[in-house]
Amino acid sequence: ISQKYIMSRYDRAITVFSPDGHLFQVEYAQEAVKKGSTAVGIRGGNCAVLAVEKKAAAKLQDDRTVRKMALLDNHVAMAFAGLTADARILINRARVECKSHRLTVEDPVTLEYIARFVAGIKQKYTQSTGRRPFGLSTLLVGFNVDGTPHLYCTDPSGAYNEWLANAVGKNDKTVREFLEKMYTPESVADEVGAIKLALRAILEVVQSGAKNVDLGVMRCRDGVPEWEILPAERLSALMAEIEAEREAEAEKKRARKE
Amino acid sequence: MNLFAINYQQSCLQPVKHGLQSGNLRINFNHGTTCLAFKYSNGIVVSVDSRASAGAYIASGTVKKVIEINPFLLGTMAGGAADCQFWQRVLSQECWLYELRISVAAASKLLANILYNYKGYGLSIGTMIVGWDKKGPGLYYVDDDGTRHSGNLFAVGSGSTYAYGVLDTCYRWDMTDDEALELGRRAIYHATYRDIGSGNSNNLYLVKPDGWKFIGNYDTANLHYQYNPVAAE
Repeated sequence: ISQKYIMSRYDRAITVFSPDGHLFQVEYAQEAVKKGSTAVGIRGGNCAVLAVEKKAAAKLQDDRTVRKMALLDNHVAMAFAGLTADARILINRARVECKSHRLTVEDPVTLEYIARFVAGIKQKYTQSTGRRPFGLSTLLVGFNVDGTPHLYCTDPSGAYNEWLANAVGKNDKTVREFLEKMYTPESVADEVGAIKLALRAILEVVQSGAKNVDLGVMRCRDGVPEWEILPAERLSALMAEIEAEREAEAEKKRARKE
Repeated sequence: MNLFAINYQQSCLQPVKHGLQSGNLRINFNHGTTCLAFKYSNGIVVSVDSRASAGAYIASGTVKKVIEINPFLLGTMAGGAADCQFWQRVLSQECWLYELRISVAAASKLLANILYNYKGYGLSIGTMIVGWDKKGPGLYYVDDDGTRHSGNLFAVGSGSTYAYGVLDTCYRWDMTDDEALELGRRAIYHATYRDIGSGNSNNLYLVKPDGWKFIGNYDTANLHYQYNPVAAE
């Protein structure tokens, strides 16, 4: 499908190279991402998990409408860090593309395809006249048709990569360092392990409490993908377990010291 | 008798048996052909004739009516030869750009959507897209009005009715490769025997999970004597 290029009156590009080879607008967009609330993604053995920091809702605000995780198709979910309004645009385009792919190819999108698509849109906006880059990084999780779980990350420059575990947003470096230390394929082989690792990771930088965290799990039951956002009680229970495990570890450390 | 009415009618676009006529312009299409393809337990057989006719003139007896889109996909040619060849070459380009190994459903849908865009513009294409992908054997009939059907058995062209007669009588799902190839050969032979638009030789292809294989080119005259041996004195 060919695209018609309309000569715009806004001929000056906003994203231009600096003398030393930087695209400052893209870098500023990445700064905007670093101000956004944290999101963590983990690829488990048989599931994929997303955990996001929930910003404290104002008193009069209905917090059910503040959702930082979006379902793009039955088998793909996305969390993001950065400008919420920009995210809404990308989510809509991605949702349409998921359906369009099913129509033209008679197959659900692969995670790689949709990550490439989202990244492609972002890249276009770094090379378009009169437009600014998208100020968000996304974490895409889901299952391919062949039943394998995947996690992809895109950033404002339009680059995308596959990850085993990653974090975006505020303090993403801290969380990533934690994940690099603690992630092993065995620890995330089952769903509970993956969920706990995601929670532990996000609790490094977020205050403990079910009202501060949202967690979603993409699992595949008998070939049918299922997306569940854990209810608050389950979250509290898991957080309590993690607290207990942390205390036990601290005890062991103290005992070893003596 | 209203001469003006006749004149006016002839100047509008008129469908004619094998083409279009509008005033002095007349476009003749080559519908003379028989192409068939069917799935069976071990693969897919594609069997076509090789005659190109322009009215009553046999323009060529050595036409390649099976287009090799890529090592795993085949397309058959019925209707306008140029249209089929050109658009199936465009299809191979799209398939190559798309993914390492595109599914038969996706490839046939790409072609069907392209043809639907040109609906009413006079393209003449009746093709079968055949291949093997992760969902197993794939056989789709696609034509110039945007039709796209999946099926186990199709015959296309002026000789298709004769081919169907033989196929519907002898087709089974459980066949050996040799039985299936023989069925494809016989069906084309019978179509070439009775249909003036089909003839000359039979090109046979066999599609397996690792791609298609060209089996051979069989002169239908030789096939005739094979099936109707002259009694020994």
